Amino acid sequence: MAFKYGVLLFLFWFLLSGHYGLLLLGLGLASVALTVFLMKRMNVIDHESYPIHLSAHMPAFIVYIMREIFSANIDVIKRILLPGSNPISPQMLELPLPQKTDLGRVIYANSITLTPGTVSVNLDKDTILVHALAKETADELATGKMASAIPDYSVGQEGR
Amino acid sequence: MLSEGNLMFIAVSLAILVTMALALARALMGPTVYDRIAAANMFGTKTVLFIAVLSFLSGRMDLLDIALVYALINFIGVVAVLKLVDHGDFHSSGKEESKAAEVDQC
Amino acid sequence: MLIIDILSWLCLGAGGVIGVIGAIGIHRFPDFYTRQHATGITDTLCAMLILSGLVLQAGLTLAALKLAMIFLFLFITSPTASHVLANAAMHGGLKPKLDVTATGGKS
Repeated sequence: MAFKYGVLLFLFWFLLSGHYGLLLLGLGLASVALTVFLMKRMNVIDHESYPIHLSAHMPAFIVYIMREIFSANIDVIKRILLPGSNPISPQMLELPLPQKTDLGRVIYANSITLTPGTVSVNLDKDTILVHALAKETADELATGKMASAIPDYSVGQEGR
Repeated sequence: MLSEGNLMFIAVSLAILVTMALALARALMGPTVYDRIAAANMFGTKTVLFIAVLSFLSGRMDLLDIALVYALINFIGVVAVLKLVDHGDFHSSGKEESKAAEVDQC
Repeated sequence: MLIIDILSWLCLGAGGVIGVIGAIGIHRFPDFYTRQHATGITDTLCAMLILSGLVLQAGLTLAALKLAMIFLFLFITSPTASHVLANAAMHGGLKPKLDVTATGGKS
């Protein structure tokens, strides 16, 4: 696991620097080794890895979330510039959390926060507390369309 | 020297500077401490964009690395300041640490 | 070439304008939680438009890759920071100003 991180970090270092002199490559290798050593010491190398075999759903999800972000932005901009015809009506609502894994929950909460107009305030075991800017955005979130668009990662982590 | 492209970069950096000034005003006025932190966070995000535009304006691509690092430091800074506000200090007692270790294990 | 330039200028201009609109928003909205939504605009659409405008200027170079990486970092860290802030404010006892007709379940 640590070795995999090392390779990944070195690739990242190379992409950022773009240098390939011998001295600089050595320095980069040394810094990667130090980082992996520190990660091991801090015990932050995760035992749950990213389930790559389920990433096939990811492109569709990214397209979906980008569209959501775009339309939500337009809505909030209207509420800022034209408060007369688009009044705000702040709401708090509690939604069920259908995702079973930590990764799925984090993606769901981050998607809610990423679309302007809704901010996730608190995560509990199986509910999520959301602050919404207006009743319409709250109602749209309550339909659960976004929750069903999150790729289900539960298969890869059954054994945890 | 001043081609149309440069003019566009200057216009965008001016717009970002206006945004930063307004965020700074909110950070100074903000009634609650959370308003101030949120405004500081926004200020930091805009700084990242500003540095990125600046690197294209001056033609020095090294500045992009600084923007990249700033994006990371900004996030860690916000979380650290929030922790300071919540607990009053940075260091955690031994009790909390053992609790964190328990959470790690399960 | 000219088309790409025009497209990138459109992106940059729109990004700048949306940033200023978001900044106006944080002065117009009444309380902390609603201001978070205005901050969200400048963190998402504004950053997205400005960075994609710059990518169009950069073309297929290392600079474009770095811009894409900045984009990725911003899109992972900014909602996390927003959530942490809102969560801390809620635990700190800051009550949101809600609409009087609110029906959602409040804890």
